[in-house]
Amino acid sequence: MSLAKTKIGRRSFIKTTSLAGGGMLLSFNWLISCKLTPEEISTLPKEWFKLNGFLKIGDNGLVTIMSPNPEGGQNVKTSMPMIVADELDIDWNDVIVEQAPLNTDLYSFQFIGGSQAIRRGWPGLRMAGATARQMLRKAAAQAWQVPVEEITTNAGKLLHESSGKSVGYGEMASAAAQIEVPEEVELKDVNNFKIIGTSRKNVDGPKIVTGQPLFGMDTHREGMLIAMIVHPPAFGLKLKSVDDSVARNMPGIKDVFTVKVFNDGYEKTFFDTRTFNEVAVIVGNSTWEVMNAKKALKIECEPIESSTESRDRFGRKYKETTPAGLESTNDHYAQMEAMAAKPGELRRKDGDPDAAFKRAAKIVESTFTAPFLAHNCMEPMNFFADVNDTKAELIGPLQKPELTEQALSSRLGMPVENIDIKMTRLGGGYGRRSYAHWLIEAALISKKMNAPVKLIYTREDDMTDGIYRPAYHAKFRAGLDSENNLIAFHVKAGGIPESPLAANRFPAGAVENYLAEDWTIDSNLTVGSFRAPRSNFMASAEQSFLDEVAEAAGKDPIDFRLELLDRANKNPVGENNDYEAERYAEVIKLVKEKSNWGKSDPGIHRGVSAYFCHNSYAAQVLDIVIENGMPLVQKVTCAIDCGIVVNPDSAVNMVEGGIVDGIGNALYGELTFNEGIPQKNNFDRYRMIRMSESPKEIDVHFIKNEIDPTGLGEPMFPPIFAAVANALFKATGKRHYNQPFITEKALVG
Amino acid sequence: MAVFNLNINGKKQTVDVDPNTPMLWVLRDHLKLVGTKYGCGIAQCGSCTIHLSGIAVRACVLTVSAVGNQEVTTIEGLSENADHPVQKAWLEVDVPQCGYCQTGQIMTAAALLEQNPNPSDSEIEMAMNGNICRCGTYTRIKKAVQLAAESNNS
Repeated sequence: MSLAKTKIGRRSFIKTTSLAGGGMLLSFNWLISCKLTPEEISTLPKEWFKLNGFLKIGDNGLVTIMSPNPEGGQNVKTSMPMIVADELDIDWNDVIVEQAPLNTDLYSFQFIGGSQAIRRGWPGLRMAGATARQMLRKAAAQAWQVPVEEITTNAGKLLHESSGKSVGYGEMASAAAQIEVPEEVELKDVNNFKIIGTSRKNVDGPKIVTGQPLFGMDTHREGMLIAMIVHPPAFGLKLKSVDDSVARNMPGIKDVFTVKVFNDGYEKTFFDTRTFNEVAVIVGNSTWEVMNAKKALKIECEPIESSTESRDRFGRKYKETTPAGLESTNDHYAQMEAMAAKPGELRRKDGDPDAAFKRAAKIVESTFTAPFLAHNCMEPMNFFADVNDTKAELIGPLQKPELTEQALSSRLGMPVENIDIKMTRLGGGYGRRSYAHWLIEAALISKKMNAPVKLIYTREDDMTDGIYRPAYHAKFRAGLDSENNLIAFHVKAGGIPESPLAANRFPAGAVENYLAEDWTIDSNLTVGSFRAPRSNFMASAEQSFLDEVAEAAGKDPIDFRLELLDRANKNPVGENNDYEAERYAEVIKLVKEKSNWGKSDPGIHRGVSAYFCHNSYAAQVLDIVIENGMPLVQKVTCAIDCGIVVNPDSAVNMVEGGIVDGIGNALYGELTFNEGIPQKNNFDRYRMIRMSESPKEIDVHFIKNEIDPTGLGEPMFPPIFAAVANALFKATGKRHYNQPFITEKALVG
Repeated sequence: MAVFNLNINGKKQTVDVDPNTPMLWVLRDHLKLVGTKYGCGIAQCGSCTIHLSGIAVRACVLTVSAVGNQEVTTIEGLSENADHPVQKAWLEVDVPQCGYCQTGQIMTAAALLEQNPNPSDSEIEMAMNGNICRCGTYTRIKKAVQLAAESNNS
């Protein structure tokens, strides 16, 4: 048990103004199309009592818990309420979960990204449950005229042992709602958790498997129109004119016009896009009619001019250059090679790397590349908007609603108080839905049409509209002395348009002489966060390279890593090493044990990899066989340290998915460009991993500890690329330096 | 525009649409059956899988005029109370992550088990390979199909 202040950061997480102080009218689910099941209706209480912004208790003991963050498949809609429920001390079967709307007064960090939802939500969610429990205890103490310390709770019941009194939360809820929010609350000892650490099924599961409307794409409103965009075909072009003479007169078409996402002179923030600021719009009665008219719409484009604009990243100003020109993949690789041949920006230097390389007995040097990737969420970008001059209602899937609301407020010249953003389930995010320019487009279209509108991107629009994982390049050198000790390490990394380097990550801290440099190349292709940004490349390159260095040193790749981590733990080089060497080593030791590392089965080729990112540690061993010249992943064993695991089976699901995603992207993921035009626009050419290509078995193990939860949406993703590469080396004798490892032209090997 | 009398989930439905309209949009826009999902529009991802006379087909490339009086089943009509063996297995294994592709996966799996009640692993892979899951829940999908097959056969 620990005491915690109920104030977090700049505001109390629970506003007293949010207290209803009595019977709240039933407002069940804002998504009206989500109908209640008969069982839900028959068990609903007559009155709800709101104890804070996170929960309300019904007079019959049912508890509604608001899940504050958007749900994009990481299962926070189940696991975040579990944390509240545990501190409240309620039976999970008595909990109804609702998606909270965007409300910056009530909730903090209402976003998904950076594997932060559980990590940042953890203290507030615990306190929401604990303060409500404390208010219930106080109410019972007052009613029974006994000291509050003598009131205990158990699974939704208040108990007073000496008098034998007992009452359900529901009966005390009305009185509890009148109690002042305590300034300090007791939090449970982590060993006393009853719900956290147990597997609970996805609260939306029954709705998902019956096809109920949960997604933005499913939003419907009476009188709603359908809108689609047409954007320039190539990056480096902008809209010049629109010929709508045919499209406008096609069946069901209401209007054709253009919209500008941001006004000229607007200072973009980090999650605003510069992709195709002006697009043509077609609005009509039905999706099929609008799709047909879209094909008939002709646009004329002209080249963009080079520009440099000031942007704002959470208060820090920076310049971003958008060069003119039509870019092609072949040129990109040549440019990256040229940059890698020149000195980069110095990011970290320990010891005397030059001298160490000179005296090295052996030098290993390798270069790694990775292409642009499209996110390819299964639900294409879309948003519902109903906007007039005074207020705006938006419904749909997005990852950073608070930031998007600010951008929309600026664009509409409308205060945020008049903007209401409701979050639907996301049909995938992976970073793509952090950039919600489509929400602004939808709002502008609705305002112009003076009608509710659902904007839908076709798959082709979705894949060719930008916000890609950047293309990256990394050159490594390692120097070994005559006893095969790693005495020098040099990394020079860069990308288009951002650098992937994290200079203070392993093996920084483990090598006496260390040098890290980086560089960037400006581009008019637009990029953005993609599951484990930057790490998703650096892990693949670094962990493949370490495998190669271990081989050159004649050492087992796991022993080699552990030897380095032992050095970093006992006698770290330099300061600011951003990982804990001991925890890093622990996941490697666990995966070594669980995978039976060292045993050899004929035909099975094993690769190991490990990485630290998003505050969590992951290590993997991947087994492949080669069948008909193609690699097949038999098994992946994975060990993770992400602190306390809230919902274990759901966490395993997340890890399995991230591993499959990483294997798919390592083997097949690639988007190329010719004269600014993306060379793939749908799944006929963009190869996605399928069932027969995913691992036959994934075996996930978590380190058990009492550390507050850290990230889990991303950490398993970056290292698996290298586990694939290292297993492929064992299978083929050839190192795989350039992603994707399987291209259309060549088989593996 | 033309009038079509359709047989969907055991009910007669009448729509007045362009004969080339794919069933995907007839279901979603005109009949408000939105469990059938739009993913690619070119029969590459399987999100829009429905049953046409019991066979799994992609609704995004099936025009309304080609349906005639054949029986159409969508996810909404697969069972009365989410109790089709495949749906039950999906819940038991807790398959979904984002969930967007899952109705298509379930419809493909249900059609497979209808034709082949006891599929081998490679038969499951063959049948399910047309359905993309971007979240990567394939190992669980396979497990759920196996579980549904077992419960059917027990």
